[in-house]
Amino acid sequence: MPIIAVRDVVVEYDGRRVLDGLNLDIEPGQITVLLGGSGSGKSTLLRQILGLERPKSGSISIQGTDITRCSQADLKKVRRSIGVAFQSAALFNSLSLQDNVALTLREHTALAPSIIDLIVWMKLAVVGLAEFGKLHPQELSGGMKKRAAVARALAMDPEILVLDEPSAGLDPIVAAELDELILFLKETFQITALVVTHELQSAFRIADRIAMLFNGKLLAVGSKEEIRANEHPRVRQFLNRVPDSPVHTPALASYLGRYVQMQEVNHDH
Amino acid sequence: MPNLLEIAGRETLSQLDYIGSLNIQLWDTLRGMRAALPLVGNRHRWHAAVHQMLDIGVDALPMVALLAMCSGFILAMQGASELRRFGALHFVIDLVAVGFTRELGPLLTAIAVSGRSGSAFAAEIGTMKVTEEIDALKVMAFEPVEFVLAPKYLAALVAVPCLSIAANFFGILAGGFFMFFSTHLGFLLYFRYVLSSIVLRDVFAGLLKSLAFATIIAHVGCLEGLRVRGGPDAVGRSTTSAVVRSTFMVIVADAVFTAIFYFMGGT
Repeated sequence: MPIIAVRDVVVEYDGRRVLDGLNLDIEPGQITVLLGGSGSGKSTLLRQILGLERPKSGSISIQGTDITRCSQADLKKVRRSIGVAFQSAALFNSLSLQDNVALTLREHTALAPSIIDLIVWMKLAVVGLAEFGKLHPQELSGGMKKRAAVARALAMDPEILVLDEPSAGLDPIVAAELDELILFLKETFQITALVVTHELQSAFRIADRIAMLFNGKLLAVGSKEEIRANEHPRVRQFLNRVPDSPVHTPALASYLGRYVQMQEVNHDH
Repeated sequence: MPNLLEIAGRETLSQLDYIGSLNIQLWDTLRGMRAALPLVGNRHRWHAAVHQMLDIGVDALPMVALLAMCSGFILAMQGASELRRFGALHFVIDLVAVGFTRELGPLLTAIAVSGRSGSAFAAEIGTMKVTEEIDALKVMAFEPVEFVLAPKYLAALVAVPCLSIAANFFGILAGGFFMFFSTHLGFLLYFRYVLSSIVLRDVFAGLLKSLAFATIIAHVGCLEGLRVRGGPDAVGRSTTSAVVRSTFMVIVADAVFTAIFYFMGGT
């Protein structure tokens, strides 16, 4: 049984269809990578899965609870089993790193402070930041922030880990470290991970399953090999990094011609 | 070109939308307020609220005190130049005492707080919105209203009336200085006159106003922050509009309150 099941989800912003009847199953214990270009709807899908927005129609169930229809209390319960690392890390700037990680533990559990300190230290050690707990987010580098966000996402031992663009804006070495971290988490904690990215290398390194999103629809879902063998032109274009409309002089010249024409027409009126 | 009626209609709707959002937010915050109270609530929220109280109240005290002193002098001198012609200089005491407790104390405080803290609320919450911290709070199963707004509102409700009382005191003190230097009236006597000229009702009216002002400042600031969409430039715009809107609404509310007290009590 899938741990996250997205069924016929339709999302519209001001009449513009962003997600168009999307179906997606995420199996427990696997790393699913959501791959897609800018504007393909992957961030929107993520916000839907996290329950930050509600779809126009369709349903999303997480561990059997339909989060598009459940009460706020049930939604909170579901959210406790999901750890999220946002694209911008979204660490609380007023709190130190360890307080960031400890926040949910302090407020949602009745654990003793000494136990919480121990858990926080462990989570920070997992991402390699154990000795930086006293620092504030603004004192960290981009890669450290992302790792800290992962540590915070792991605080409540979630069954599902959601990572939004973990390698965006990082140098290749740090990005590769994060990939290894995600694989390590899967192997050690049997965690289910949903990773949203547009980085091909990273996607093919970590994924058990890849879902390719284009214009609000899933183009292809499958293992790495299946995606590599997929013959859909858009998939091929994405994998081979072919530009959509190559910039060349004749095109520019024709644009210029049309612009001049338009100006003349306006002038006549 | 859209006609005048269309523009007026759209503007009215957007203002109504704003007032509506403000009311919904106020209601949500009141419901989340229990968590911020000491003893019965969540101690983390209470700590946050105390922190905010120090920020809104104690840190603003020197500025509010200076502002009130200056206004006290201005009021006394302007009043004296007219009242002297009627030989009624001692009415300056009533003017300053009643003027400050009923009106100027709460109003000056509200304007100072809206410039200092209303903008700070908008900037802080706006930044949290831009950096996805508000979303992070939600997915961490926190209620942003309870986590961010309730402590700020509670702090404003406590700090603004306290500041108003301080402003009253310093304004009246400035009046005392003026009377001492112009007529050599002793301070003890001055304060005895002051106490006889104001009644408890004036003080309560002033405090009631400052509670309303605190509500306006806190909620306009927070709503402007929550309405931020986009990038850092939106945060800048939201802080400006938080100050402009809250100052405007404070003065409108003041006019309404004063009218109500005037027609109710006739004093």
